[in-house]
Amino acid sequence: MAPRAAAGKWTLVQPSILPGFGLTFGFTTFFLSALVLIPLAALVSMAASSHWVDFVHTVFSQRALASYRLSFGASAVAASINLVFGFILAWTLVRYDFPGRKVIDALIDLPFALPTAVSGIALTTVFAENGWLGRYLELAGIKVAYTWIGVTIALTLIGMPFMVRTVQPALAEVQSELEEAAEILGAGRFYVFRRIILPIVLPAMLTGFALAFARAVGEYGSVIFIAGNLPFKTEITPVLIVIRLEEYDYHGAAALGCVMLTISFLGLWAINHLQSWRRGRFAATGR
Amino acid sequence: MLAELRSRPGHDSLLGKLMRWVLISISLLFLAALLIAPLITVFATALAKGIKAYLAVFHDPDTLSAIRLTLTTAAIVVPANTVFGLAAAWCIAKFEFRGKAFFTTLIDLPMAVSPVIAGLVFVLVFGLQGWFGGWLQDHNISIIFALPGIIIATMFVTFPYVARELIPLMQQLGNDEEEAAITLGAGGWMTFFRVTLPKVRWGLIYGIILCNARAMGEFGAVSVVSGHIRGLTNTLPLHVEILYREYNIVGAFAVASLLTLLAVITLVIKTLVERRGYKGR
Repeated sequence: MAPRAAAGKWTLVQPSILPGFGLTFGFTTFFLSALVLIPLAALVSMAASSHWVDFVHTVFSQRALASYRLSFGASAVAASINLVFGFILAWTLVRYDFPGRKVIDALIDLPFALPTAVSGIALTTVFAENGWLGRYLELAGIKVAYTWIGVTIALTLIGMPFMVRTVQPALAEVQSELEEAAEILGAGRFYVFRRIILPIVLPAMLTGFALAFARAVGEYGSVIFIAGNLPFKTEITPVLIVIRLEEYDYHGAAALGCVMLTISFLGLWAINHLQSWRRGRFAATGR
Repeated sequence: MLAELRSRPGHDSLLGKLMRWVLISISLLFLAALLIAPLITVFATALAKGIKAYLAVFHDPDTLSAIRLTLTTAAIVVPANTVFGLAAAWCIAKFEFRGKAFFTTLIDLPMAVSPVIAGLVFVLVFGLQGWFGGWLQDHNISIIFALPGIIIATMFVTFPYVARELIPLMQQLGNDEEEAAITLGAGGWMTFFRVTLPKVRWGLIYGIILCNARAMGEFGAVSVVSGHIRGLTNTLPLHVEILYREYNIVGAFAVASLLTLLAVITLVIKTLVERRGYKGR
């Protein structure tokens, strides 16, 4: 959407009778440069200024690899749990009416609003050996706190609103006429679900999955309490970055930071593509 | 809408009713374990040793200084991000210019970046071995492990909230009324305050309360830049961590209950704004 240049003359902005472009453009540029561009440049240059052997050594050390495995593994499991339960939640909230529906609907956003340190210590207390839920899981032989399961539970909580809030509007858009038509033509409920509802909602579910996953990979506050942070076992990558920083190993921290940043960029890219795919599909159905 | 729901096929059949109860039960159990139990735990643990022990936590000078620091940070960060959000939205929604997509990507970035990296980048810029570290030390300015670092890191994490709310809203509302105002002789500021601001007010409020909740509750980014100096660079969420690590469980949850209250108030305001017909992004 670059502005049309008049007769080949380069212009920054398309003419408009509205004032204030210079002021707001300048301010936005200044703010974004100072707060985002320069710090990111510092991260990349710090990582690039270390010798490549050191870089590889840091990024592919056994401890770092173990932390990626936990961070990405637990995030994938958590996002998958949300894929199922987030869909059920969205379905319940869109399709059914029951007492307390509005309160539940508002509560979905709680993990957004609740400081992560609070959800971290609260989850740890609930799922500790003597906690409200932890003691029953303990009887069943499942240890949650200070294991990868605890990490997964914290990440599930953090990702849940992303899935529900993405799937909800998509489910609300499923036209009842389509379902009725299918039903009249003799389709069973399951068939209607599989062939009509699921295809409409699937792109939203994938977007929700990507959003929940991306958020979970970087999560710090709610995980560190329930994880126990044992190297090689329950240490997520963000914790490893903090440890490197506390050792004043700026280059190591920057190298790991770059790995995570690259993955965040890939995530953003994937989410943008999923969203334009969704828009394309809805445009095709005339909505 | 509910009338329409009732007419959906499969609603009245026995199987449909069964499905309905199964799904509602699963939803409620899932939320009870993951959301409600931790929420009740916060208050139950905070009050476990009685109301006196609970209130005593808030007489502790370290807690009071944490409250003060959190309020100071929010008082600086939220207005700054509001001004940025309005400026960025005006620039992006009202004009067609080169580099617009780049702007939008940069604004989205903090949402995708780990809070730890948000803290890390500022340590690399202002820390002792960072870009400006030597210069800052020569001039006796401390940014990392001090209030300015906390403010900058919080600003980084929270600046998208207002902008991301306003940009799509202003794009959707269009420029017609502003153009009419300008054509009729109104100045730029007058147009902004009398035409644009009233149009977008609910979106603005929505963005500000989310920005405020995150600014007061941010943990990861602030934890990296603060240095955890008790009574000095400890915000409320960091204070929760310190008390918890010292096994002062009642203290940790008492402070946590304050933050939980903030989250609940945020949700209530958010729901009220949504009742006004504004749908957040």
